[in-house]
This record gives sequence, structure tokens and C-alpha cells, in this order.
Amino acid sequence: MQKVQNNKAWWLVLPVFLLVAFSALIPLMTVVNYSVQDIFGPGQAFFVGTEWFKEVLTDERLQDSLLRQFIFSGAVLLIQIPLGIGVALMMPKSGIKGSLCLILLAIPLLIPWNVVGTIWQIFARGDIGLFGWGINQLGIDYNYTGDTLDAWLTVLLMDVWHWTPLVALLCYSGLRAIPEAFYQAAEIDRASKWAVFRYIQLPRLKSVLIIAVLLRFMDSFMIYIEPFVLTGGGPGSSTTFLSQTLTTMAIGQFDLGRAAAFSLIYFLIVLLISWLFFTAITHADKEK
Amino acid sequence: MIAWMNWTPTVAIFFAVIAGILAVMTVYEIVSPCTERKGFLPIATTRGDRLFIGLLSAAYIHLTFLAVSDITLWVALAVSVAWLLVLLRWG
Repeated sequence: MQKVQNNKAWWLVLPVFLLVAFSALIPLMTVVNYSVQDIFGPGQAFFVGTEWFKEVLTDERLQDSLLRQFIFSGAVLLIQIPLGIGVALMMPKSGIKGSLCLILLAIPLLIPWNVVGTIWQIFARGDIGLFGWGINQLGIDYNYTGDTLDAWLTVLLMDVWHWTPLVALLCYSGLRAIPEAFYQAAEIDRASKWAVFRYIQLPRLKSVLIIAVLLRFMDSFMIYIEPFVLTGGGPGSSTTFLSQTLTTMAIGQFDLGRAAAFSLIYFLIVLLISWLFFTAITHADKEK
Repeated sequence: MIAWMNWTPTVAIFFAVIAGILAVMTVYEIVSPCTERKGFLPIATTRGDRLFIGLLSAAYIHLTFLAVSDITLWVALAVSVAWLLVLLRWG
């Protein structure tokens, strides 16, 4: 059969393009449009130029929540990635034990966000929660609703419990894809366990890990429901992350212009970081 | 058309310019298809990649000007355009 050489297949993308235009492009344009206006109600909008952006960029409350967000996402990555690799390495390679581990690991991933928040809200309570009560019984003063550090640790622990399995599952699939011959060669060379990990497993996990880091970064950077249910952003505003600040502004105070300007800055940060990760992934593929 | 959803002329011009750039780049690509090459950026890029990097950094340049100074944004725009051209030519 003769192959047709032209670019007409691009027309098949048109329906998707139209859908994306309605679901993403036009809303985005609307947000840009709102960000340069002060809107009081229908027919009462005033053009304010870049005033909102200036205000948002110099607003200390937002800078604080941005800083908290970066610290949180950083901590999430620092804990979950090594822990996920560790769990994947310790999991049985096959058989019924392997399947059992997979099922147990997957359970937290199946629980909806708000339920996770509720579970931990009760679990970590000092009076009726097993975790909070247990810690208090050890003689440690623990109260996640009153103490900033406790609140942070609880939110982090909750996220680690909820999402480390994802990293572990990704790494597990990556590990299973390493051919047995690699291990046999290492055994002949009498390589230590550390050397096997450092020179065989870790390099082979590279692409899986980039995806895991990207997913975990994006998810933790946009986290909203879990801390909102668990701590409500408190005590004070110590666990108020970016999206909660944004929601309060847009829906609570109905400050559309400012919230739009803030969303655009948020979007630009996410876009930049995703692009960096995307470039790293495609670059790593090209090197192979 | 522009009164719908409180569209403002400024935003209309902004998106028209971006759409215009994309259209020009598409035509340019059809007339003379580009190949990936390595310039002063640490990665090999196509023309489209460099445009994207240029536009994204333009956004950050504007935000930086807004955040740290009271200089008019026309200066930020001029810097961005200059940076975009440098990037497209030597990036």
C-alpha cells in the first residue's frame, strides 16, 4: 500500500482543540480579563491595569503562604521519594506476599481527600483519637489544633501516609522492569547491596522517579482539601497553603480581581516548574 | 463582542498579539521548517521551544518589575522583547 505523505491528519486534532479551547483557553482568558479589573457586580467593572498584580506581589500574607507552600512541597518530596524507594526495595518480588503488599499499599490511594482529612482529624485528636492519645500517653505534649509544629507534623504525616504508596508503586514497577541478568552480573562481580542499588537500581529508576517527583510536586503544591479538613489552615494561619488562601480570597471575600491576579501568578509558577520537569524528562530520554 | 463578559480592550490586544505571534510562527514554520539546535541555552531547542521560553520569561520579567520597582511596565516590555529576539536568534 502506498503511504500518503501529508499533514492532513492534524485536522483530526480539531475536535480536541475546540474542546480544550472551551474548557481551558477561554476560562484562562477570562481570568486574565478579571485580573485587570475591579468588579463589584454585573455591569460594575472598572479597569485597574496591573494594580492587583502589584498588590498581590507585595502582600505579605500571600508571600507567607507561598513560602509555606514551597517548604511543604519540599518536605513532601524529601520524605516521600526516599521512603517510597525504600518501601519498593523491601517489597517481595512476586507471589502472594507481593500481591498482598500491593493491595495494602494501594488502599490509602483509594480514599478520597476529604475522608483522609476526616480520618486524621479524629485519629490525631488527644481525647478520642488513637494516635493523639497514644502520643500524649508517652508523656509528649501533642495538640495539633493548638501547636504550630504539631499541626505541621500532622499534615505532613497525613500526606506521607496518603501518597508515599504512589511513589512506592511507581518505583516497584520500575524495579520489576530491570532484567535479571543485571543482578546476575552484579553477583559475579561480588557487588555489595549498596553497589547494586547505586549502580543498577537507581539509574534504572531515573525516569520513573522523575514522574514520581513531578506528580508529587504538583499534587502537594495544589493541596487544599486535606489540610483544610484537618486543621482548617490553623492554628492561626500556620498551615494555610496557597490554594486555601486563594479560595478564601475568591469565594470568601469575593475579591475577583485580586484572586484572578493571584491565580495567574500561581499558574505561572506551576507552568515554570512543570516545564522544567518536562524538559528534564525529555532531555533524559534523548540522552539514552 | 467586547462588551460580553466585560472584556477589556487591553486584554483583547494582549491575546490578539499572542495569537498573531503564533500565526506568524506557524506560517514561518511551513515556509522554512526549523531544526533543533543548540545555542547558549543548556538544552537543544526548536524555534517553538525558544518562543515558549521567551514568553514565559517575559511574564516573569514583568512580574519582577512590578514587584521590586515603580518603573513603567513599558520598560519591562522593551526588555522582554529584546530578550525574546536574542533568545530566538542565539538561544
